[in-house]
Amino acid sequence: MNLDDLLFTVSVKPDEEVHIKIKDQAVCRDKCKEQDRPCTYVCPARVYFFSEEEQKIIVSYERCLEDGACYVACPYDNIDWRFPRGGSGVSYKFG
Amino acid sequence: MPKEDFDCIVIGAGPAGSAAAYILAKNNLKVCLVEKGDFPGSKNLMGGVLYSRPTCDIIPDFYKEAPLERPIVEKQIWMMKSSSTLKFAFRDKDFSREPYNSFSVLRAKFDKWFADKVDEAGVYVIPKTTVTDLVKEGSAFVGIKTDRPDGDLRAKVIVLAEGGNPLLALKTGLCAPLDPKKVALSVKQILFLPEEKINERFNVGKEEGISIEMLGDITEGMVGTGFLYTNKNTISLGMGAIIADFVKQKIKPYELIERLKEHPSISPLIKDGVVREYAAHMIPEGGYNGIGQLYDDGILLVGDTLGLVNAIHGEGSNLAMISGKLAAETIVEAASKNDFSKSGLASYRQKLFDSLVVKDLHKYKDALAYFEGNQPTTDLYLDWLTSSAKEMLTVNGQTKKEKQKKIIKNLYKKRSRRKVIKDAFNLWRVFK
Repeated sequence: MNLDDLLFTVSVKPDEEVHIKIKDQAVCRDKCKEQDRPCTYVCPARVYFFSEEEQKIIVSYERCLEDGACYVACPYDNIDWRFPRGGSGVSYKFG
Repeated sequence: MPKEDFDCIVIGAGPAGSAAAYILAKNNLKVCLVEKGDFPGSKNLMGGVLYSRPTCDIIPDFYKEAPLERPIVEKQIWMMKSSSTLKFAFRDKDFSREPYNSFSVLRAKFDKWFADKVDEAGVYVIPKTTVTDLVKEGSAFVGIKTDRPDGDLRAKVIVLAEGGNPLLALKTGLCAPLDPKKVALSVKQILFLPEEKINERFNVGKEEGISIEMLGDITEGMVGTGFLYTNKNTISLGMGAIIADFVKQKIKPYELIERLKEHPSISPLIKDGVVREYAAHMIPEGGYNGIGQLYDDGILLVGDTLGLVNAIHGEGSNLAMISGKLAAETIVEAASKNDFSKSGLASYRQKLFDSLVVKDLHKYKDALAYFEGNQPTTDLYLDWLTSSAKEMLTVNGQTKKEKQKKIIKNLYKKRSRRKVIKDAFNLWRVFK
């Protein structure tokens, strides 16, 4: 099963406010190139995607499962991560 | 939001937070329990197996009314290679009878029930509310800021039970930045299967379940394990590994679990299972050495926020509940002296260190460091064990004596005799 289908099973009420921000895109673009930008493959929901065209990380925060692995894996502490506002974000039916 | 001040604010409606809030309310303290999820439990996750005894210590006979899946009557450990599996299993009829040993649970359901009990006990339960910061006056924590309008609350003491993604503890410096080598990322799928199919495939009765822990090649060289738990009409199947290993090996967690589903020992068990939910969660794996700051002026930390997870035995929710209970007992004592300062809460340390929580973590204090440095060696032995089993069980004209010789020769080909003795000693030291 591919990830998009898997994520389709999860109920997420996206916050209107963005709860994840990249602190400095230049760090992802230049410094983190060597590390292959761990957020783009460690995140279990593929929230992070590096756009070669735009030369920056695109954050699809509405896919977020709120595990937090991205900011732990980030080699440059470059992710400003918060929980979505109360009642929004991921809501497991089974857990 | 309530306008009055509370004796205690508990942040997070998981097993630790709910246990603390419940006991505080039973001791006539004025408590509120703040939860960011849509409902208590909606953001909570584990494998998961819930142990009966520590839960009974908080709510006696909880199993008569709580939404549980199946009592676990059999525990299996699987050592896996890509096309073979060596299995160990233990089943006991006592595990299917009161007071039971453990249950498979789905936390969104169980935690909601637990929070309802907390509510009935008189706690002001406030869901849909994210705590954005802790309020400090001088050196003391005195309240919380939330994302609700007029959503700030004050209390004499706070219990921080925010789980394995401890943003508030990080923000206030109560815990050190999370080390990717000491935190695991776990992903799981809930697979629907009719109840009778589960009973047949796992050879269990209607009210019986099994748990399987998996080691070996399935983690693709990472320090980690896989798991399968039978629920009523679903299966929890998942894998977890150290985050630093995911980074190093560039493995995508969701692909890892899809590969596990293809394994010849797994695929027939989950055949035709329909994915009902996908989920991910962080687990603190620091063990004894990773236990963080326990308390400060006006605040106590509990559960995963403190890092109370026994990775070897797959225990966490039970340790969370015990820590929540001990934190509550500390607060009840502090309330009798009206002293919630650091020194007024100091007995929490003694209580926790005298309990089985810290004693069990201490027993395995070197385990993570051992596996961290030794994954290739661990895999080498798992590989040797499975191929030895295959060798001994394959009837092919060679005598058993010849086979035995070959098995031993195979081992020494991979690892010198001296190293094997050293490995055995090290393993004994970690698990003794």
